[in-house]
Amino acid sequence: MIPLTWYLILSAVLFSIGLFAVLARRHAIAILMGVELMLNAVNINLLAFWHYWSQVRGAPQVNGMVFAAMVFVLAAAETAVALALIISAYRRHHTVVVDEMTLLKG
Amino acid sequence: MPFETLIWLLPLPPLLAFFLIMTFAHRRNGLSHGLAIGAVSLSWLGSMVVFGRALQTEHLAEHPWHAVLNWIPTGDAWFQIGVQVDPLTVVTLFFVAWTILMIFIYSVGYHNYGQPRGMQDRPGLPPQGAEVKDTHGHLHRVPSIEPMYARFFALVSLFAFAMYLLVVSDNLLTLYIGWEVMGLCSYLLIGFWYAKESARNAAVKAFLTTRIGDVFMLLGLAALYTLTGSLNYRVILNNPQVLEILASTASPIAGLSWAALIGLLLFAGTVGKSAQFPLHVWLPDAMEGPTPVSAMIHAATMVSAGVYLMIRFFPLLSAGWMPGDPLTPPMAAMAFIGAFTALFAATIGLAQRDIKRVLAYSTISQLGYMIAALGIGAYVAATFHLVTHAFFKALLFLASGSVIHGMEHGVYHTGEHLDAQDMFNMGGLRHKMPLTFWTFLVGGLSLAGFPLITAGFWSKDEILTAAFQSNLPVFITLGVAALLTAFYTMRQLTLVFLGQPRTAAAAQAHESRPVMTLPLAILAVFAVTAGWVGIPAYFPLVGGMLPNWFEIFVGSMLGHVGEGTHAIFTPTPLMISVLASLGGLFLGWWVYQSQHDRVQDVLAKPLGGLYRLWQNKYYLDELYHAVFIRPALWVAEVFTYHWLDRKLIDGILHGVGRLGLMVGHGFRELIDRPLINGAGDALAEGTREVGARLRVLQPGRLQVYLLIALVGILLIGLVLFSIGMV
Amino acid sequence: MNVLQWVFVITAFLTVGAAVMMVLSRRMMHAALWLAVALLGVGVIFITLEASFFAIVQLLVYIGAILILIVFAIMLTQRTDESGPRLNAYAWAAAGVAALIGAILTFSMAGWMLGNTGLLELGPAFDAILPLGQALVDTEGFAVPFEVASVLLLAALIGAIYIAFERKGERS
Repeated sequence: MIPLTWYLILSAVLFSIGLFAVLARRHAIAILMGVELMLNAVNINLLAFWHYWSQVRGAPQVNGMVFAAMVFVLAAAETAVALALIISAYRRHHTVVVDEMTLLKG
Repeated sequence: MPFETLIWLLPLPPLLAFFLIMTFAHRRNGLSHGLAIGAVSLSWLGSMVVFGRALQTEHLAEHPWHAVLNWIPTGDAWFQIGVQVDPLTVVTLFFVAWTILMIFIYSVGYHNYGQPRGMQDRPGLPPQGAEVKDTHGHLHRVPSIEPMYARFFALVSLFAFAMYLLVVSDNLLTLYIGWEVMGLCSYLLIGFWYAKESARNAAVKAFLTTRIGDVFMLLGLAALYTLTGSLNYRVILNNPQVLEILASTASPIAGLSWAALIGLLLFAGTVGKSAQFPLHVWLPDAMEGPTPVSAMIHAATMVSAGVYLMIRFFPLLSAGWMPGDPLTPPMAAMAFIGAFTALFAATIGLAQRDIKRVLAYSTISQLGYMIAALGIGAYVAATFHLVTHAFFKALLFLASGSVIHGMEHGVYHTGEHLDAQDMFNMGGLRHKMPLTFWTFLVGGLSLAGFPLITAGFWSKDEILTAAFQSNLPVFITLGVAALLTAFYTMRQLTLVFLGQPRTAAAAQAHESRPVMTLPLAILAVFAVTAGWVGIPAYFPLVGGMLPNWFEIFVGSMLGHVGEGTHAIFTPTPLMISVLASLGGLFLGWWVYQSQHDRVQDVLAKPLGGLYRLWQNKYYLDELYHAVFIRPALWVAEVFTYHWLDRKLIDGILHGVGRLGLMVGHGFRELIDRPLINGAGDALAEGTREVGARLRVLQPGRLQVYLLIALVGILLIGLVLFSIGMV
Repeated sequence: MNVLQWVFVITAFLTVGAAVMMVLSRRMMHAALWLAVALLGVGVIFITLEASFFAIVQLLVYIGAILILIVFAIMLTQRTDESGPRLNAYAWAAAGVAALIGAILTFSMAGWMLGNTGLLELGPAFDAILPLGQALVDTEGFAVPFEVASVLLLAALIGAIYIAFERKGERS
C-alpha cells in the first residue's frame, strides 16, 4: 500500500537528476544517458497513474499502457538516431564533448 | 522752303560730316578733310545768307526769326526747342563761320596733308617726321602726315556742330547741350595726342575745371525752369514782367533776388568755360592740343561761348538796373572778376617762354576785358570786343602754328633737339617767314590796340571809355592791363621775328604752305577792317564818316539805345588807351631787342622774385593741387578705398563670411558631429554592443540553450503563478 | 510499513543512488553500468506497480538493447584520455535549475490530496495484457499510433544507418 505520492516524488527526483545530467555533462553520450533517465522517470509517472486509475475505475486503463509503450518505442528510436549522430559527429570532429561542437554559435 | 528752315540747317552739315568721317572716311585723309571742309563751307554759306538777309531786315531784335519744334512731352504741354536769329546771333554767326572755315582750311596744311607717312609715327603721338631720299641719295628729314588725320577732322566737325547749335538755339537747354558737347570735344581734342601724358592730364584738367562751372550753371538753369516754367529766351528775356518778378522775389540765399542768384550761377558757368579766375587754370595747359584746336577752342569759339551766354542773358543779369545805378550782384561780380583776371593773366603772360602760352594768357586776359565790360553795363562794347578778339586771336594762334611748323622744319634740318615752341630758340624769323610775320604783326597790333587801323583798338577803346565813365577802379585795372598786353605782344614779336636767330634751327626755318598762309591773310584782313563798323560817332576826326552800324544793330537788342549815345566826348580814356598801346609796344621792343641769350630772359634778374612769381603762374596750380587735388586723392585713396571700401565694407563682408563659416563650423562640430553623427554611430555601436552582449545567448552550445529555456519556463511559471493562473 | 513499502524504499534509494553515480562518474563505462543498475531499479519499481509486462520490456529493451547500444557507442567514441572535466561550466546553474524543478514538482505533489491514496494490489483477476494487445490492433483503438510507431522505428533505423554510414574513402 504505497501512496501514489511516493512514486511521483521518485519520478520527480529521477527526472531532475536526469535533467542535471543533460544540462551539465560534457560527454554527448552522458547527455543521452541523462535523457534515458528522464524518460524512465516519466514512465514511472505514467505507470503510477495507470495503476491509480485502474484501481479507481476497477478496469485496466489501456490508455496508460499504450502511452507507456509509446514512450519505450520512442526512447529506443531516439537512442538509435542519437547514437548514430554522435558517431557521425565523432568521425567529423574527433570529439564527443558537446562544448566543442559550436558550429551554431551566433 | 521757308527761311527759318535754313537756320535749322546751319548746325547740321558738320554733324553729318562727323558721322560720315567716323564711319566711312576713317583711313582716307583726303576724303575726311574734304567732307569736313565741305560741311563747314555749307554752314558758312548759310551763315552768310542769314547775315545778308539780316542786314536788310529792320527791327530784327523785336521780331527775330525763329522756329520751334515739339520735343519732350511734359504733362499736357510740350517742351519745345527751336532756333532764333536776332542781331546778337547774326554777328556771332559771322565770326564763328569765318573763323571755323579758316581754321579748317589751315588744318589741312598744319597736319601735313600730302606729306609721306613717318615710319616711327604712332597714333596718339605727334608726327615725328619722315625720312626721304632726295635726288642725290641724301636722307632728309621732312614733316610727316599726322597719323590720326581723319580723327582730327571728325572731332573738329563735331565741335563746329556744337558751336553752331549753341549760337542758333533759342533756349537754354540746347545751348547747354552745345556747351557740353563743346566741352567733350575740347577734352578729346586737347588730349588728341593721347599717348603723351601731359596731353592726357591737360584734357582731364580742362574737362573737370569747366565741369565745376557747368554744375553751377545747371543749377541756375534748373532754378530758371522751376521759376518760369520755360527755358526759352523769348519767354524769359524779352518779357519785362518775368524779369521784374525775378528781380523782386528774394531767393533763400544771402538775400539775393532770384534774378541775381540765377545770374551768378550762370556766371559761374562762364567763369569755367571762359577761363576766368579762379577756374582759368585749364586754358594754358590746353595748349597741349594741336594749334588749330587752340585757335578754335580758345580763341574763336569755345571760350567765346561763355561770353556769348553772358551777353545773351544780360537782361537777366541787369534786371532792374539802369545806367547810373549801383551794379546788381552779378554785374558787380563780373566787373570785379573780369578786371582782376585781365590784369592777373597779363602779368603771367609776360613771363612765359612758350609762344602758345603767351597767347593763352592773352586770351584769358582779353576775355576778362569782355566780362568786365559787361559787368559795368557796356553791352555793345563787350559784344564788339568779342567779335574783333575772335578774329585777331584766331589769326595769332594760326600764325604761331605756322611759326612752330617753320621751326620744326629747321629742327629736322639741323637735327638739334630743342623745343620748337620756345620763343627764346627763335629770332629773326621775319626774313625766313615773311607772310607769317606780316599777318602775325597785324594780329599782334590789333591785340595791343594800335590806334585807328586795327580792329582791336576800336573795341578796346570803347570798353575803356565806358569804364572811365562808370567805374574808375575797373578803368585803372583795364588800363594797366592794356599796357601790359601791348608789352608782352611786342615782347613776343621781338623774340620771334626780330633780331637775329638764336639757334641754328631758327636760321633754317622756312615759310609755310599756301594752304596755311591764305587763311592767315584772310583773317588779317578782318583783324584790320572789322573795327571800322563800330567807330563811335563822337570820335574826333574819323567819327561820323562811317555810321556806327555795330552800335545800332547790336544796340537794338537792348530795346533802347544803351550806353553808346554819350554825346559828350572825354579825351582822357582815349589818350590813356593810345598811350598804353603805343607805350607798351615801344617798351616791349626796347627791352627785348637786346635778348640774345637762349636761356635767360633779360627781365628775369631785374624783376627777380616777381618774374619768378609770374613765370610760375602765381603758384596757383600748386595751391590747387595742395588744397583740392591732394585732399580729394586722399579721400579717394585712403578714406573711401582703404577705410570704407576695404576695411569697412570688405570687413563687413569678410565678417559675414567668417560668421557664416563660424556658424557652419559650429553646426558641424557642435551639432552635426556629436549629435547627428553621434546618434548614428551610437545606433550602430549600440546595436553592435547589444548584439555582442546578446551573442552570449547563442553560444552554439546545446546545453546552454536548454538551460536558458528552462530558466525561461521557470520565470514564466513564476509570473503565471503569481497572477494566479497556475 | 509493510514489506512492499520497504522494497519500494530500498529500490528507490538504490535507483536514485545509481542515477547520481551515473551522472557523476568520470569514466563512461562506469556511467553506463551505473545506468544499467538504475534501469534495473526502475524495472523493480514497475513490478511493484504491477506493470509486470513493462518490467520485462524494460529489461529486454532498455537494458538489453538500448544500454548495449550505448556501450557500443562508448566503445566506438573512446578517447585515449578522459581526464577533462566531467561537468561543463554551467554545472552549478544546471544543478540549481534541476533542483528547483525537482523541488517544485515534489512539493506540488506532496500537497496534493488525492496523492495520498494508497495504491493496492489489483488482484489476480486483473489482466492487463489482453486488453493492451487488443487495443493495439483495434482500429478504433490504438492501431494507428501502433502503426505510426512502427513507421517511426523504421525511419529511425534508416536514418541511423544513413547518418552513421561510412562511405568508401571518406574516413578522414
